[in-house]
Amino acid sequence: MSSTPIKKVTGKGVFVPGDDIDTDRIIPARFMKCITFDGLGEYLFRDVRKTESGEEKKHNLNDPRFAEASILVSGNNFGCGSSREHAPQSILRAGYNAVIAGSFAEIFFGNSTNLGVVCVIASDTDRKIITSEIEKQPELDITIDVENHKIWYGDQSVPCEIKPGARDSLLSGNYDPLDELLVGAGGVSKTAGALPYMQA
Amino acid sequence: MGKSLFEKVWNAHAVRQLVNGQTQLLIGTHLIHEVTSPQAFGMLRDRDLKVQYPHRTFATVDHIVPTNESVEPYSDPLAQGMIEELRKNCADNNVTFFDTNTGKQGVVHIVGPEQGITQPGTTIACGDSHTATHGAFGAIAFGIGTSQVRDVLATQTIALNELKVRRINVNGTLPPGVYAKDVVLHIIRLLGTQGGTGYAYEYAGTTFDKFTMEERMTVCNMSIEGGARVGYVNPDETTFEYLNGRPYSPKGAAWDAAVEQWKSFASDADCTFDDEVDIDASQIQPTVTWGITPGQGVGIEESIPAISDAPTQSERDSVAEALEYMQFEGGSPIKGKKIDVAFIGSCTNGRLSDFQEVAKYVKGHKVAEGVQAIIVPGSQVVAKIAEDLGLDKIFIEAGFEWRAAGCSMCLAMNPDKLVGDQLCASSSNRNFKGRQGSPTGRTMLMSPIMVAAAAVTGEVSDARNVFGFASAEV
Ligand code: SF4
Repeated sequence: MSSTPIKKVTGKGVFVPGDDIDTDRIIPARFMKCITFDGLGEYLFRDVRKTESGEEKKHNLNDPRFAEASILVSGNNFGCGSSREHAPQSILRAGYNAVIAGSFAEIFFGNSTNLGVVCVIASDTDRKIITSEIEKQPELDITIDVENHKIWYGDQSVPCEIKPGARDSLLSGNYDPLDELLVGAGGVSKTAGALPYMQA
Repeated sequence: MGKSLFEKVWNAHAVRQLVNGQTQLLIGTHLIHEVTSPQAFGMLRDRDLKVQYPHRTFATVDHIVPTNESVEPYSDPLAQGMIEELRKNCADNNVTFFDTNTGKQGVVHIVGPEQGITQPGTTIACGDSHTATHGAFGAIAFGIGTSQVRDVLATQTIALNELKVRRINVNGTLPPGVYAKDVVLHIIRLLGTQGGTGYAYEYAGTTFDKFTMEERMTVCNMSIEGGARVGYVNPDETTFEYLNGRPYSPKGAAWDAAVEQWKSFASDADCTFDDEVDIDASQIQPTVTWGITPGQGVGIEESIPAISDAPTQSERDSVAEALEYMQFEGGSPIKGKKIDVAFIGSCTNGRLSDFQEVAKYVKGHKVAEGVQAIIVPGSQVVAKIAEDLGLDKIFIEAGFEWRAAGCSMCLAMNPDKLVGDQLCASSSNRNFKGRQGSPTGRTMLMSPIMVAAAAVTGEVSDARNVFGFASAEV
């Protein structure tokens, strides 16, 4: 199932402050009692956005100025903790398709890339520039140029980093690896055949 | 030049290189549970694919099972739906399911090892970030996302980047009252919650050589809290002794051959690592977290850091955020914080030896007034042995609730949850905001003995004083 190549992502941004934003925060476990990912978008950052009784807290994610946003900007070690793919699934289903952070936890990064959610790394200074621009003009288009390692805001840009493997997969549209893995079936039985514990 | 266990196991399971440079890696053993697998089976159905190696996938149910309700249908229809979906998916695809009526059900990272499914020199994947637990046996074990669960079901492989290896040497004898849990909390405090990103951790040194398998599992379990997706200990006689005679362990001549092969996977004496860290076991204290990441821990004699102690602005922000959420004052002693709930269990510390150790000390003590204390065995097998030994009676006598096997209060997917801003002394592995079920609930991670000490005194206490550890005792 080769997908459409992702060379660029353009959209409005929203800043989610904080380092170590864990996947329990992105989607609290109590909303994971489901057997499909449908409907998870509604619970994205539920406890960051709302109080226990459901009232909206003061947060950028509730601010109408950022209601159109489709790119999240956050701190270091974004997506740490649980391996739940529910996290990037809820990000995607809530209408976001890219995250700019200082760094990413590994499992989250892999899960996101497999879904075509673009995760790029920008320095503290550069993220500060972007977030203050977003704050000043929420309607500003942000463009992540995957191919050229750049984040554009208006006609200016800052550099960003993306792991080479993930970049290649996004650019070629092969970020969902299943088809390629299925093709390797012959090699798999050979590798498995050499391992005693794999025998039925 | 010699090779590390990681390289050897990786090489033995590498199928080929993919176009984007990643490796197609054979996953020998696939463990699944009810939360992260149903969507994967759904994706398989959508694409008309079948489970390629059903005999290498094993299922259990753990996150959603209630621990105080054994008759189905469960009062939570969503939980009931999830267990039924797993049952059906396993039956339809010929996957072994350790269901609640098998006597073998439990938290996936406890079931695999105790059934002998977890073996040295193998690759193991599970849609669960604490899969590194199985690395205690010298396996390379990964937490994966649901799309990768689909990939393993359909192809028995995943696409992965090779990791670097950092060896963490812990040498010497732990002081009395200091446990494997303290070792791993100490490591995370030292190296940070993202220090392990891109690395597999090889835990070594005389402390690990002397550790039991259950102690090794406790440390490997929390590798991910330090950012490392993989953590392992080289297999040795302790490993083989643990596995000998388990249901899925090889038998007879196959056992002897397996042990010979397993030994060959251990890191070579002359191999080099991408990084090495040395830790002196005698310096490790009973460690307790005060904040909202597992790296925010201090020794029991220490104080909670003040905002001004942090060297950078972003760290000051993190400390401030944690203090505000935890309702703690910077610079105040960690000791004496009043708790509401005490939880002993989880895939970190829900094994027999955890309960034996706690039982030894709580005998004759009573849970403090106003504290809810629950003890939850990690599996039905653990529960049975503990009950045969009469440990449940000791706990109940001391005022703890003794529950049925499951993840329980480690996370918020079953009825065991914090309420409001309750403060919980917990033997689990995550203290994230809201982790234990209430959006304002507060978690302090510590060893089971430290949880027991907090339970009987009603506040965070030094277990060594509460239970009078003799200094000569180890
Ligand atoms: S006990 Fe906790 S950490 Fe372990 S598998 Fe269950 S929920 Fe996850």
